Parts: sequence; structure tokens; C-alpha cells
Amino acid sequence: MDLISHLPALQVIVPMLSAPIIVLLHPRGLAWAGATLAALVSFAISIALAVAVLGGETQTYAMGGWPAPFGIALSVGGLSALVLLVVTGAAAIALLAARPSIDQQIELERQPMFYSAWLLGLAGLAGIVVSADAFNIFVFMEISSLASYVLIAGGPDRRALLAVFKYLIMGTIGATFYLIGVGLIYMMTGTLNLADMESRIGDVAQTRPVLVAAGFITIGLALKAAVFPLHVWLPNAYTQAPHMITVFLAACATKVSIYVLIRFDYMVFQPTMAEHDNQFALFLMPLALLGILVASAVAMFEGNIKRLLGTSSVAQIGYIMLGASFISLAGVEASVMHIFNHALAKGGLFLAVACIAYRFRDLRIQELGGVAKTMPFTCAALVLCGLSLIGIPGTAGFISKWLLITASLESGPFGWIFVAVILVSSLMAVVYIWRIVESLYFGGSANRDTVIAEAPLQLLVVTWIAALANLYFGFFPEVPLALADNAAGVLMGYGK
Amino acid sequence: MKLLELLGYYNYWVFAIALVIGLYAVISKTNLIKKLIGLSIFQSAVFLMYITMDKVEGGTAPIIKAGVEDQIYSNPLPQVLILTAIVVGVSTLALGLAIVVRVNERYGTIEESEILESD
Amino acid sequence: MTPQNTILIAICLPLIGMLGIIIAGRVSANLREAVTLITALCLAYVVWSLLPELMAGGRPGVEVTQLMPGISIAFRVEPLGMLFSALASGLWIINSIYSIGYMRGNKEKHQTRFYACFALALSATMGVAFAGNLFTLFLFYEILTLSTYPLVSHKGDAATVRSARVYLGVLLTTSIGLFLPAIIWTYVAAGTGDFVLGGILPGKLQDPEVGLLLGLFVFGIGKAAVMPVHRWLPAAMVAPTPVSALLHAVAVVKAGVFAITKIITYTFGIEFLFDSSSSGWMFYIAAFTILAASIIALRQTNLKRMLAYSTIGQLSYVVMAAAILKPLAEVGAAIHMVAHAFGKITLFFAAGAIYVASKKTELYQLKGIGRRMPWTMTAFTIGALSMIGVPPTAGFVSKWYILAGAFQAQNTWALFTIIGSTALNAAYFLPIIYMAWFAKEESGGKDHGEAPFPAVLALTLTAMLTLAFFIFNGPVIELESQVVQGLAP
Repeated sequence: MDLISHLPALQVIVPMLSAPIIVLLHPRGLAWAGATLAALVSFAISIALAVAVLGGETQTYAMGGWPAPFGIALSVGGLSALVLLVVTGAAAIALLAARPSIDQQIELERQPMFYSAWLLGLAGLAGIVVSADAFNIFVFMEISSLASYVLIAGGPDRRALLAVFKYLIMGTIGATFYLIGVGLIYMMTGTLNLADMESRIGDVAQTRPVLVAAGFITIGLALKAAVFPLHVWLPNAYTQAPHMITVFLAACATKVSIYVLIRFDYMVFQPTMAEHDNQFALFLMPLALLGILVASAVAMFEGNIKRLLGTSSVAQIGYIMLGASFISLAGVEASVMHIFNHALAKGGLFLAVACIAYRFRDLRIQELGGVAKTMPFTCAALVLCGLSLIGIPGTAGFISKWLLITASLESGPFGWIFVAVILVSSLMAVVYIWRIVESLYFGGSANRDTVIAEAPLQLLVVTWIAALANLYFGFFPEVPLALADNAAGVLMGYGK
Repeated sequence: MKLLELLGYYNYWVFAIALVIGLYAVISKTNLIKKLIGLSIFQSAVFLMYITMDKVEGGTAPIIKAGVEDQIYSNPLPQVLILTAIVVGVSTLALGLAIVVRVNERYGTIEESEILESD
Repeated sequence: MTPQNTILIAICLPLIGMLGIIIAGRVSANLREAVTLITALCLAYVVWSLLPELMAGGRPGVEVTQLMPGISIAFRVEPLGMLFSALASGLWIINSIYSIGYMRGNKEKHQTRFYACFALALSATMGVAFAGNLFTLFLFYEILTLSTYPLVSHKGDAATVRSARVYLGVLLTTSIGLFLPAIIWTYVAAGTGDFVLGGILPGKLQDPEVGLLLGLFVFGIGKAAVMPVHRWLPAAMVAPTPVSALLHAVAVVKAGVFAITKIITYTFGIEFLFDSSSSGWMFYIAAFTILAASIIALRQTNLKRMLAYSTIGQLSYVVMAAAILKPLAEVGAAIHMVAHAFGKITLFFAAGAIYVASKKTELYQLKGIGRRMPWTMTAFTIGALSMIGVPPTAGFVSKWYILAGAFQAQNTWALFTIIGSTALNAAYFLPIIYMAWFAKEESGGKDHGEAPFPAVLALTLTAMLTLAFFIFNGPVIELESQVVQGLAP
């Protein structure tokens, strides 16, 4: 077998095996370099996978040579390739920039463990994405969750501990719900392989255990994905985490759970269970709409810049769920595109926040008056990513907003309501982003006695790479669009 | 008959009741340790569900003995799965307890209400 | 240079200029201003070089990139856009000369940022003018909004930031809330957003929806300042006067009315809109805005705010002329963009010159100022007469065409609106002119003469343009008549 066919497995193995090695790398900076290298290799693998998927076929891999459904299968299609790009890209970008910020926030002797946990988190998230086996998804989900609990708890503030405890409780409940659902399906179908489930579940579609399983899985994953109103853990966890961890998690953690949710509902339940599309849409759509509006409204009044952006993430997850709940080609495409574009915008924003946080401890918005005078490049990058979050044309965020509105208009008689919700929330995004911008550029500078300079070059350069990516994918969205198109085609194609 | 049938599923009853007891403890208790105990009960209930479903009437342990044909085995797969899940559960519990220890160090208490007051 | 390249150069040139300004700004102020002037001259040369091809009936176009199937960034030059771009690029030269005098005379801070954002705004203006489809138009429309925000908030104090917030808030709210859904609706309904003479919507939309979509467009394009989305324009007056002059009398506001005119002509189609029963309201809204804005202007005491409300009224002339939906009125709409640009930029230049020389901003302070600043006040008088529409000024020509269009459509409301508004315009401009020339100056004021030379030069030039356009308007009318060729009167 050639290298390409091993890539799905390597995607998980590279970061997972690098993790224990990195624990041993004690000399200063070496742990960081090792982790960054592993993340970059992972990113390269996911690019290769995306190229292969764009070239035609879905990549499948049988672990240990055992064919599915007996062995554990991995598979990478359009959707997985895009989510993999997001996950590994976020890890690579965040790690590239991480060193100055992590040096400031994590004691030197704990750093090898910290980077090792980071790679385990990456391995877990990548594992969820490549896995084609329901139980394996659970195991990888727990690996990534445990790693991210550790990472968040590394935050210097003691409130991080409480935030992480809450996250741990909620995350475990979500994962266990998912486990119950998988168990019930296994009970009825005798398989854990997703593709196999799809073909067998038709015979038992209307039995009670399968209906209950659909409920448990949807709610469990919604909890992990921070779908409103199951999002309460998210703003606190993002606020208290070390800044670079926030960059990583905000860009990809919840999106992976959404990915599993979409896969289960579209691939396993949708084709064979009558009325499932209605149940799914009627359950998710109101939550998505409420989430978009309520979270955006709350974000307008948040005081801490990280909390504000975290709350805004809840609204953005609402956009993704809204697109998915249309159950149409255009809707799924918009939803998948937004997974990618929101990762770009939010990752860039949190990177810029990390730059600011490197110089300023207090991240309350009113304390950040006039920062732009001393950190002009950081603030310009922040504005650019903010515009992408709002969805100004020419930025990545606009593409997904355009697709989402088009999908809403095509979704039927209620389309205009969805359009109105999306637009109102975009305007609320203008308000909360502009609160930050006004403070940064025009706020009165508080009495600061030390001379404040720009962020370290390493942070700044990576932040600008992220910001420019927002522009690039605003003008040239072919690649993610092709993957999203492929994903939507495959997802909507099941059962046809 | 109907009643007996329902009672026959007593393993599942235990599963459901334990699940709900665990969830209740997680939500209602303010002591962080008690929350974790609740979480553990909650997870154990799920283990019970998996173990229950692998039982085949009259089945033995899935060990192949030489010369024995037509032996009925219990399904080994859920047992393997649940071993993994137990490991995951133990790690989660350990991490949770470690966090509680740190909370106690930094706040001097493990009562949620007192912690929230001191911040 | 092929016309395709010319288009792209016209859009990129100000961006290159912007970089040059930023770099030169670190070296010396003189170099920076030189870069601005050279960029402006080059831009005007490039844009005007397209004119012969347009006059000959050519419509050069170029597609830059395709974002999604059916949605691309593409440019196509047509008479309306040619006129708008030629106007904006030409006036940028004069405005740059004026800026030098004004910004130095006022000792403003952050001048590099000012000139850089100005160049960016001009690039966006060119993009709006040459846009070949709705998406491209929207893209540059938003860039124009964002690039002018730092100009409006230039001063940076609390009151300015508050005004700038109104500016950005109104423009972004309308564009994202109304303009964007209108565009997407058009794409979904017609399958394309390209600008095609005769429109892309005929046969695609039914009657009540036509009016609704038109409403989303008219109010979504907040830059046209049709009431009730006009609040941003007075708010924008906190900006330095060169910004008010070029951007908020020419580039930004004209981008708004230009977009409306273009959408009426190329997206809906004039005849389709005339035949639909649900689009008539636009005319009345515009007429109401003309009269209401004039009445509000009458009550203003601050010179720049008065000019802002006068602009709102004059912009609605263009919208109303377009809404008459008759060939001569469409030509009148295009000509009024030019005529108003010349007149209003002169007025703003004069207001700025007065501020630089004497720090006076209120109307009552202008008593007898004509004797101290004869050049400035002569130009002001010419500009004001053009606003009223008195021959021999530019304003007379456009009003003539709009009136002719109103007769074509036998629209008596238009006649009365124009007459009423002319009377109101006279009522708020003539007292100022009288006061400036004939009233006695109050004692105790600052002893001052004219503003710095570049400022006076600039306003003299634009005043002469206002007069010249009364006679030399042939080519403009010839060009714009191409848009309505073959339409029944």
C-alpha cells in the first residue's frame, strides 16, 4: 500500500505518538518545537487528504487490515476532509504562535506536559473525524475532552478550575448520553460501524429503542457542541483557558461535535427513519434561531473581550445548526462552509486577543482604551477578523452568510423569518465588534505607567496569517466550497 | 403476565433508576465531591446497560474449549467496549478529583456556593 | 493599454497610491502630499482615457474572479458609471489641492491616515462606478463605508466618535439589513446579478414583490439618504471639511444615488418598473424627502449641517428624477449628479475655507465676511445659485431636464415639488449671500483674510466648473442619452 492510503490512520497516529515523546523534551523550547512540528505534519496530512478527496474518491482505511464491519474502519470524505483541515489547521496555527504566550502563562517545568496534552487533544479531535465507528468516536471524544479539560485548567486564574469542573461535568454527561444512544442502536442492529448501521437500521426503524437512541445521541452531541441552551459551559471555559488554548478550542472543538451530530442524523437516521427529518429539523431549528438571537444579544453586553467572543461563538453555532436543519443541499453546504469560515474568523480574533493579552492583563473592554495606539498591527488584524465575523463582503464570513441566506430563501414559506433572524444577528455582531473597535481606537487610555509595545513578532505574524486567510477565502473560496459541495452531496445523497 | 414481563426487564429498571439518581446528584448537590459521585453513578448505570445486553440466555463465557461444539456464548463485544468505557470513566473521575483537590487548595473549600461567593 | 486593463488599473491605482502615501508619510509631509496629487492626476488620466471608447458606444468589461457559481467580481463600464468615475476622479485632484491647504492651515493630526483612507475611499468609489454586477457593487459599497469611517471619526474625541457611530450604524444597518437580502433575493429570483440594459427582473417577479424589492433597494442603499435613512449624513459633518466636500457631497452620496439609478435602469429596467403598479411609492418618498430636507435646512444654524440637509434634498432630486421613469428624466438624474457635485463641493470648500481662516462655523457669524474673503464668498454665491437652479449655473441644466422628464410623464407632482423646493432653496441660501455681502460685520471678531492659497485655488476652480457646465454640457448629455436610447418617451 502506498503512503496516501495510510494517511487516515497517520492523521491520528502522528500527534498521538508524538505526545509521549514530547513529555521527555525538557530543554527550553524543545517541547514547543516538537509539538509544533507534529501539528504541522498533521496539517500536511490533512491537506494531502483534502487533495485526494477533491480528486475523487472517499479515503477509507481498515485498521490492522480487518475489513469493516468486523474491524475498525476509518474513512475520510468531503465533510471529514474539511473538518480535518479546520482541526489540524487550528492546532498548527495556534501552536506556531503559542510560545511567547504560553511562556507567560504556563510555568516552564509544566510545559512539556502541557504541549503533550495539547497533542493528545489534537489526536482525539482528528480521531473523531476520521473514525467510521460509533464507539471509536466515543473513545476519541473522551480523549479530546480529557485533554482539553487539562489544557483549560492550565489557565493562571483560579476561576479556570471552576470553569473546567463545569465543563467536565457537562462534557461527561454529553458523552455518556451519546454512549447510551450508541448502546441502544447496537442492541437493535448488532453493529457499531456507521455505514453498517445505516443499512440495518431500516428494519428496526420505528422501534422504541432506536427512537430513544436518536434522542440521546442528538442531545448528547448538542451538549458537547454547545448548542443553545446547552451552551452554559462554553463562555466560561473559553474565557478562563490559556489564550492560545482558546484559539485552538474556539476554532475547532465544538465543530467536531457538530460534525458527528450531522453525520449521525444525516447518514444513520435520516435515510431510513420516517419523519426523522421533521423531528430533527423541528428540534434543532427553534434552538438554532433562539441561540442566534439570544447569544448575539448577550454578547452585546459582555464586558470581557474573551467572554464576548465566546458568547458570540454560541450564536455562530446557531448559524451552523440552522443551515443543517434546512435538510437541503444548499442548507448543508452553507452549514459546512460556516464551520470552516467561522473557524477562520474566530481563530483570528482570539489570536489577536492573545496578542493584546500578552501586553495587557485586564481584558475588560473598558480597560483596553486606546490600545491601538501602541499595538496598531494587532488591532488592524482584529478589525479584519471582526469584519469577517460580521460578514462584510470580501471576507470569508460573507461567503457563508450569502449561502445561508440563499438557503433560507429557498427553504420555503418561512424563509423570510430566517433571513430576518440572520440579518438581525449580523447587526448585533456589528454592535459587539464595534464596541471593541471603538474602545481599542478611541477609548481613553487608562493610566499605564509602563511603555507598551506591539506583541512579539511570532504572535503577530501568525495573527496576520489568520487575518489574511479571512481575506483570501473571501475572494477565493473554491477549495472549501468544493469540499462543502462534496459533503452536502454525499450527506443529502444517503437513502436516495 | 404483563407485569411479569415488565419485571423481567429488571436489569433495565436498575439501569434507568441509577441513571436518574446519578443525574439528580450531579444537578442538585453543591459539594463538588458529591457531584463527582453522582457522575460516577450515572456512568456506571450505562455500563450496566451494556453488560445486560450482551447476556445470551444459557450462554457461557466466550472461551472456545477443544471438543465442545454448539456452545452458546454471551456476546463478547459489549464487554470489551465497556472495559474501554470503564477506563474512560475512571480517568474522568481521576481528573475531576484532581481538579477538586486544586479547587480546595486555591479556594479553601469545595462547596460550590462558597466558591462562587469568594470570586 | 486595453480597456480591460484600464479598468483594473483605475481600481488598483488609488491602492498603490495609498501604500505610497503611508510610506511617504514616514519621510516627509511634502512628499506625502506630492504622492497624493500624483495619484489623483494619474487616476483621472486613466479614467478619462476610457471616455472615447464609451462615447463610441463601447462597453468594456472584465471578470476578475468567480467566488461561487454565478457570483463573480466583474466590472463593466457603462455611461452612468463612466460619468460617476470621471466626476469623482477629476474632483479628487482639486480636492487634494484643497486638502493640503485645509489640513495644514488647521494643523490637523494623523494626516497620513487621512490621505491613506482617502485614497482607499477613491478606490472603492471606482469599484462602485465600474461594478458589473450587484455583488461587486455591494462589495465596494461596503468598502467605501468602512474606509470612510476613520475619516469621519478623524478628530477622535467623544462627540466625534458618537457621530461616527451613527454614521457607521445607519450605513451598515441598512446595507446588511436591507440591501444584502435584496441582492440575494435578486440572485435567487433572476439567477444572476449582472447589470443588463433593460433589466434582469422583467418576467421574474410579480407585482407586489416588485415594490417590496424596490423598497429593500431604495432604503437599503443608505448612502442615497432617502428619508428616513438620512441621519448619517448630518452626523458625518464632524469630519474634516475635505471629507465632507469630496466624499459627502460627491463620492459617497453619489455612490448611493448612482447605485439606485443603476439598479433601476439595469436590474429592474425602466419600462418594467413604469408598468408595475407597486413601484409608484418611490417617487413620493423622494419628493417628500426633497421638501422635508429643505424645510429642515431652513432651520439649521450651523453652516455645514445646513449644507448636509441641502445635500439630502438634492440627492432625492436624483432619486425622484430616476423614479419618474422616463428617458429625459433619467438623463436629468445623471446630469444632476454632476451639477450638484460641482455646486456642493464649491459650497463645502467655501465652508471649510471660512473655518480655516476665521474658525467660524455658524450662520449668524457670517455677517460681512464677503469683504474679508471675496474669492471664497464669490465661489459660495455661485455654488448657492447653482443649488437654487439659476442660470448661468450647472443646476439650471439638470433641473431643466428633470422638468422635461416630468412633462413627458405628465407628472404634475414632480413639477410642484421642483417649484416648491426651488423656493425653499432660495429661502435658505439667499439670506446667507445677502448677509455675507451686505450686512455689517460685528465688531470684536478675529482679523483675518482669505484661507491658504491652495484652498482658495480649489474653490475658485470648482466655481468655474459650475459656471462652465452651464454651457459645455453637450458631451455628458450625449453620453447619458445612450442609456435611454430606443425607449419610448
